Amino acid sequence: MYTGWDAVKEVRFLTKEIAYELARKQKEISVAEFFERNKHILGFGNPTRAIVTAVKEAVDNSLDACEDAGILPDIIVEIKEGDREGEYTIIVEDNGPGIVEKQIPPIFGKLLYGSRFHSIRQSRGQQGIGISAVVLYGQLSTGKHAKIMSKIGENEPAYLYEIAIDTHKNAPEIIRREIVSWEKPHGTRVEISILGDFSRGRRFLYEYLQNTSIVNPHARIVFIEPNGEKHIFDRVTEELPKPTVELKKPHPHGIEMGTLLKLLRSTKAKKLSTFLKTEFISMGERTTQAVCKKANLDPDLDPRSLTREQAGRLLKAFKEVKIMAPPTDCLSPIGELLIKRSLKHETKEISPEFIVATTRPPSVYSGHPFQVEAGIVYGGNLDKESPVKIMRFANRVPLLYQQGECVTTAALSSIDWRRYGLEQRGGKGIPVGPAIFFIHVASTSVPFTSESKEAIADIPEIENEIKLALRECARKMQQHISKKERRRKTREKFLLITKILPEIARKSANMLNKPVPNIDGVITKIMDVIWIDDSIEYEKVKRLQTTLDSFEESKDYGCITKSKITVMNYKKKSTEFLLYAVIPPEAIVGFVKPKPEAITERYIKWKIPPLKATQKYELYFELAGLNEGDFDENELYVDGINPEYVIGANKWEGD
Amino acid sequence: MGSREALEKLNEIALKVYTDLENNEIPKITLPTRAKSNIRFDENLNVWKYGKGRTLRSAKTLDGAYMLLRTMYVAEFIKTMIEQNKSSTLRELYYISEGWDMAKFNSQQESDHLAEDLETITGCLREDFRLRPEEDGARIIGNILIEEKTRSGEKRKIHCQDDVGDAGYSIPYNVEKEKIRFVECDADFVLAIETGGMFDRLVENGFDESHRAILVHLKGQPARSTRRFIKRLNEELKLPVFVFTDCDPWSYRIYASVAYGAIKTAHISEYLATPSAQFLGVAPSDIVNYDLPTDKLTNEDVKALKSELTDPRFNTRFWRDEINLQLKLGKKSEQQALAKYGLDYVTDVYLPEKLTAFGVLRK
Repeated sequence: MYTGWDAVKEVRFLTKEIAYELARKQKEISVAEFFERNKHILGFGNPTRAIVTAVKEAVDNSLDACEDAGILPDIIVEIKEGDREGEYTIIVEDNGPGIVEKQIPPIFGKLLYGSRFHSIRQSRGQQGIGISAVVLYGQLSTGKHAKIMSKIGENEPAYLYEIAIDTHKNAPEIIRREIVSWEKPHGTRVEISILGDFSRGRRFLYEYLQNTSIVNPHARIVFIEPNGEKHIFDRVTEELPKPTVELKKPHPHGIEMGTLLKLLRSTKAKKLSTFLKTEFISMGERTTQAVCKKANLDPDLDPRSLTREQAGRLLKAFKEVKIMAPPTDCLSPIGELLIKRSLKHETKEISPEFIVATTRPPSVYSGHPFQVEAGIVYGGNLDKESPVKIMRFANRVPLLYQQGECVTTAALSSIDWRRYGLEQRGGKGIPVGPAIFFIHVASTSVPFTSESKEAIADIPEIENEIKLALRECARKMQQHISKKERRRKTREKFLLITKILPEIARKSANMLNKPVPNIDGVITKIMDVIWIDDSIEYEKVKRLQTTLDSFEESKDYGCITKSKITVMNYKKKSTEFLLYAVIPPEAIVGFVKPKPEAITERYIKWKIPPLKATQKYELYFELAGLNEGDFDENELYVDGINPEYVIGANKWEGD
Repeated sequence: MGSREALEKLNEIALKVYTDLENNEIPKITLPTRAKSNIRFDENLNVWKYGKGRTLRSAKTLDGAYMLLRTMYVAEFIKTMIEQNKSSTLRELYYISEGWDMAKFNSQQESDHLAEDLETITGCLREDFRLRPEEDGARIIGNILIEEKTRSGEKRKIHCQDDVGDAGYSIPYNVEKEKIRFVECDADFVLAIETGGMFDRLVENGFDESHRAILVHLKGQPARSTRRFIKRLNEELKLPVFVFTDCDPWSYRIYASVAYGAIKTAHISEYLATPSAQFLGVAPSDIVNYDLPTDKLTNEDVKALKSELTDPRFNTRFWRDEINLQLKLGKKSEQQALAKYGLDYVTDVYLPEKLTAFGVLRK
């Protein structure tokens, strides 16, 4: 049985260098010493961080395990006060696949157990420092052992292990082993006592869990504080992230000398050309020949005989020859719709007026596929005078520290936000305004600045993609702001023509004892625009279940999004123009009226006939396949008319 | 101008708006721009009046439309008052507008402003519109006998030394000839004083008697009636007028509104201003000459002084020198700072010295 708690994840946090170093010195120093030396980079530098790191390790493991097993995660995080001042018991319980019994001790009781360095796929654990480090920290700081309970299936027993780490041998020590009954069909429960500062760490912990829930819209996380207060971060989708495909082999871009030498020594290939084609991805016959030629190496050479200098030429040739980008199905972006839905769910109290998100196409840096997603939450109760808040994520894990050193911050700061309606001194730096920025970088190998894995390194390709993603969101935000501003101005004019002007007419007529004059002509003169207003409603409907011979009403409800658009002509006369309503790619278009010119997967297009002064023209469409609130603002564009004369729609820039 | 004429003028505004609407034109009214940039010295009247600058109030904008709507409401309200022979205070006008739905004023400043707008458009005075300020006029003490027509229509003679207490005679809001007549006066000059404290000091020291002065308390920025009253004293009794204020930019504006006319009411400057009124002090040069206690100028003070340097009313040698001196000193002072040398110093030394320099007192 495959276990989600695949032990090998333990070491992914360390670069090869540290791992090798440790392996070399293992006999000389105890793991306790190693830990003590590297405490700060492992996230246990201070009691505030320690409590966050401990929870983070356990939760990241739970999420990875559930995802691997195709289970919707239900995670309970509970913090209890311990016996001593500053001692806390951290309990993380999940409904994951559980851990096979014999794996429990090494996973929790052995530092650097197993290795999965060459696994090339996007996973959270990449950032983790490993749960055994938490066990060790707990043991060193409180002297208490970790308690692990796990169950792998309905008819299996649940095992309760109490584990300590023998710091001299770096080996698990089983203190207690029991078979217990647990009503859960499967799952794991970890209980570790550590020394920490909850009162200071609480804010970060809450932020970490909330942000985790945002980037894991399929997860449900319950957080119970020591005082019993309970917070629920509910899931907003029942859909698991698309399973990622593991790349079995590396891409030649970005491979390092040491790895290359190791591959050369261990290959079964007899010829260099075969070696290149079999040990790497994206290496076809033609590329292989080109690389060999560039490196000035005979393709028939025995790969095992290559000298260090020859390997260096090979490495150089990899960079000079154009090699096809690696496949990107090893990445699992969250997607625009779910980011929006998650952000909306978690920012409810702010009641933002606008949320936008975007997912960039995958890209590559030094041979590693990566993908950037961004989002902006705008308005509501957010402070207008404060710098915008930045939420950073790498592979669905929130980054809470070292914001200043992160490439996401650098990219954000280099954009001139004044163009997009935010304040920013000198057009540089973190802008000021009522907004939260969301940035997610997913990659098979996220390039962190340091071992603490809190900031993403300054890689030009990544920075560029982040900028593109942010700009895309910014454009939409700006359109929203300017649309709002123009609508507000026009609303004022509405008040003017519908209330004030008629009253002026009536009063002046009264004073003079004359009949009230007709003011239609003056109204069109004052307005001189075409006004497009829209509203969106949702209707809950029972989903139909189709079987071969009958329709049955199912129990779950679906939602129909109903959009109504009104075009009012406040010009003397309007000419014919085109109106586009953009629709989300997930949506299925239902009833539309009047008959549109075209429906594509991106938009619905209508021809609006010439309208007389103050004439009204109404349009309507329905969308299925979306949740309530997914589509909450019409994105309207016009073509064939000067957009200056149109309020409520922007200029159509083409397909 | 009387009520009938005022009514006619208001009807003209209504007719302009009505005709615009009938002709499919966006209704609009133009009126003189009431700003520092638009006041010009009128050589004939010897006062500052509005220049050729015009402001357009058009129903095309929300503000303009509100102004027009409120104008209609105010016009209707005035019409009713004239018909019923009533009057109201400016504050009452503001509260009456509570019942005007959209046309209601957001602050009294708005309604006061509109009343002034109506004056400039029609050339009427707000008294013609039956609107009066609730400001009680200031007080006077001096050897002058006044005849005032009381509410009951009876004429009562009041001597402004013998018939009044220490607070003096209170100037009513209407100081026109049909209300107030100067019967007899035996004084040499008018001294208009900014602060109540200094007014009371001069009264206590008997300055009005010892130096044959008529003392007027301005109460800060003087009300229209106070300014009109001073002007009548100057014109009808040929008494020279001196203005005695604190030594700061705001006080100079008080002097300017007495002597030159205020920017807000430049449309009726010839009716309110006393062009021959002179600034007695306390001047910045007095700070130096009399070594007076001072305070530091605030940022607002400096801004106000600089603004005065670009105000055409202050564009004289005297004011340029004094204002520049004050900016250099970075200091301001008060009338009552003269008490540094004792309570009688102002009446025994300072004022006599100043008035002698102006040639009012002989040595």
